[in-house]
Amino acid sequence: MTEFFAMGGYAAYVWSSYALAALVMVGLLAATLKALRSAETTLKALEGSRPPRRRRARNGAAASPAAEVGEG
Amino acid sequence: MHRFANPARFQRLSAAILPWTAGATVILLIVGLYISLIGSPRDYQQGDTVRIMYIHVPAAWMSLFVYVNMAIAAACGLVWKHPLADLFAKAAAPVGAGFTLICLVTGSLWGAPMWGTWWVWDARLTSVLILFFLYLGYMALVNAFDDPQRGTRAGNVLLLVGIVNVPIIKFSVDWWNTLHQPASVIRMGGPTIDGSMLVPLLVMALGFTAYFITVVLLRLRAEIVQRKIQTMRLTEAQG
Repeated sequence: MTEFFAMGGYAAYVWSSYALAALVMVGLLAATLKALRSAETTLKALEGSRPPRRRRARNGAAASPAAEVGEG
Repeated sequence: MHRFANPARFQRLSAAILPWTAGATVILLIVGLYISLIGSPRDYQQGDTVRIMYIHVPAAWMSLFVYVNMAIAAACGLVWKHPLADLFAKAAAPVGAGFTLICLVTGSLWGAPMWGTWWVWDARLTSVLILFFLYLGYMALVNAFDDPQRGTRAGNVLLLVGIVNVPIIKFSVDWWNTLHQPASVIRMGGPTIDGSMLVPLLVMALGFTAYFITVVLLRLRAEIVQRKIQTMRLTEAQG
């Protein structure tokens, strides 16, 4: 086992190569998943707030459209 | 192809494909790591440093593969104004940049004990460094405009101009004197590398490809949702 980790004396080079590759690939995947989750949450919140907004817009013709923008 | 370019259909299709590509990534990388680190012999000249190759070479292949795919998407985006083609290039860029970075750093870590230097300004190394900067430049350019469409158009032009670098990278080891060794797998007359080393190389390359497909599909989904949010905000702002 120690022989395996020693990599014939090149442990520092071999293991840092594999560690870097793992770091980049796992990091990229994690960032991607995080971005996807947050985008989906935002979309759901937007869609959830949409139907009442439409009704209000239809009923209250007096309400200015500009007032609705700020709520989003 | 146009049938699959519809974003709503793409969301359904990608949801069906994703579990398979994710599963393939995990299995291929576990098997690939096992045969790279344990199941393959050490090189009679390079000892265990040859195991760096199983990361370095697939990452180098991916850096070119991803770039060519992005350039094709850029051409489709420019010619047919495909929203999904633009989004693909944007989604793939960080993955390609990541693979290029892995290729450069592992090459350095391999060069230090074997060549006696971390870096030389020779044709192969320099052209790959340029590829890395092309990725970074594309990502910066796409995000540099307030109007996302102008950003992707500028980025697409950069991708198409940068494609000249791809054959330069591939043939740099034949055209110029370089410290980097010539191709031993993808060459006329078949691979010169031994099967015991070719197998882990190919398994890792397949694993990297499956990883790329998985992450790009996820990133595309996020980009499509992001676009939807933008349109909703825009229509709301316009009342």
